[in-house]
Amino acid sequence: MRPCLHIHMPILNVQDLSKTFTIHAINREVPAFTNVSFHLQPGELLVARGANGVGKSSLLRCLYRTYLPSAGHALYQAQRGTVDLARAAEVDIALLRHSEIGYVSQFLRPRPRVSAIELVMEPLLLAGVPADDARMRAGDWLSRLGLKAAIWPAYPSTFSGGEQQKINLARALIAPRRLLLLDEPNAALDPGARAALRERLSVLKSEGVAMIGVFHHIEDVRDLVDSELKIANSQ
Amino acid sequence: MTPTYFDPPRLTADRPLLTAWGLRKTYGRVTAVSGVDLEVYPGETLGIVGESGSGKSTVLRMLNLEEPADTGDYRLDLTDYAGENLLGLDRYRRRELRVTQIGIVYQQPHMGLRMRVSSGGNVAERLIMAGERSFATLRTAARESLAESEFPLDRLDDPPRLLSGGMQQRVQLAKAIAMRPALLLLDEPTTGLDVSIQALVLDTLLRLRRERRIATVVVSHDLGVIRTLADRVLVMRGGQVVEHGLADQVLDDPQHPYTQQLVHAKL
Repeated sequence: MRPCLHIHMPILNVQDLSKTFTIHAINREVPAFTNVSFHLQPGELLVARGANGVGKSSLLRCLYRTYLPSAGHALYQAQRGTVDLARAAEVDIALLRHSEIGYVSQFLRPRPRVSAIELVMEPLLLAGVPADDARMRAGDWLSRLGLKAAIWPAYPSTFSGGEQQKINLARALIAPRRLLLLDEPNAALDPGARAALRERLSVLKSEGVAMIGVFHHIEDVRDLVDSELKIANSQ
Repeated sequence: MTPTYFDPPRLTADRPLLTAWGLRKTYGRVTAVSGVDLEVYPGETLGIVGESGSGKSTVLRMLNLEEPADTGDYRLDLTDYAGENLLGLDRYRRRELRVTQIGIVYQQPHMGLRMRVSSGGNVAERLIMAGERSFATLRTAARESLAESEFPLDRLDDPPRLLSGGMQQRVQLAKAIAMRPALLLLDEPTTGLDVSIQALVLDTLLRLRRERRIATVVVSHDLGVIRTLADRVLVMRGGQVVEHGLADQVLDDPQHPYTQQLVHAKL
């Protein structure tokens, strides 16, 4: 037998993860996905594929614990030790969300009286980065994604969908993460911003960030993809 | 199918600031709170949701030591109170703990403020209770605290009864944080305010939470407020906790039939 020479331990080892929604009012069980298993190495980009409604987004949300997994395990190698994302203590998940695991969606939740640039700075401020430095890095991100500097101090609730999404992407990707969950991050972006996003994902990958993605425009990232996970309808 | 228990914390290096077990309170034959356990970590915000009469405000008043519990164990991880059940403190030490380590903002400003005393005076009162006597220090400290709560300082001498609801909440907040407490309790802090004013007050609370590592418990029936402020949530019904979880999980994937009903009843 050949010795097993893994250079890296997988950062994430998902075993038989399942999610079923129980809707008490109509007394129904609605399965999202069943018995999903895979490994993910640092620097690997795994793409989840399958028809609409097979639970690709639900899988990402279960790993982020926005949804509570129904069964199975998701062993994550955190910097301070291994935890099972499916049943880790709430405070540990909250800690990982602030420091190691990022969730990138296409939807921004604007907050009244918080400007575009402040929204992007916030994750850095939470991580203890000084305000001046955070402002500079946030501006750099927004200009790379093609958001005009004139509107950085404005409140994004009135911005177009595409502009809001750029702010959301910058906010989600600005702080260093070890695992990124990408939920259709490029769905409504213009070509310039899609190219900037692709460029950024490529850099993150070379830095060893592990990523799981669901992509609307898979062609943008095709040459970055290392593996695919086929999710079939569990019904 | 859903796991019924979670692993103990493994990654968090902090110890909980607040630990309470088995909090219980009855009024005659009515059980208001029946065996509530909770923990709050430094810098964390715990939300408590539920309808009127669920016992959520009673829990908050017990944590503020203004409502005696029938039974239970309540601890704060602070040097002067280590290992002590705070429910058993004598009157003198209870007052000292409340003045120096616990701040509270009530839904009704008159519960937390003297409506006819200047706003600056309301905040200074807290410092006087803690032993500060120099007029210059009091005025500076009150101004600082009001500024941190984003209260317009040109209205420092106005009494709360002349202020808008949003301004009154800022005075309460300034008073609550004046002594740099370890624990901040918020009882429906923005209920009854106009939506736009509510957003401004929430924004101030978020900034304060980021700048100071206060452990916060916020009680509200408004799920939008809870989503904005809370890291974790307890759902209470009939004096008991029926569900707990990360705030987004409880709101986006509620498990208990009552929580599902509560979340789906939101407009």
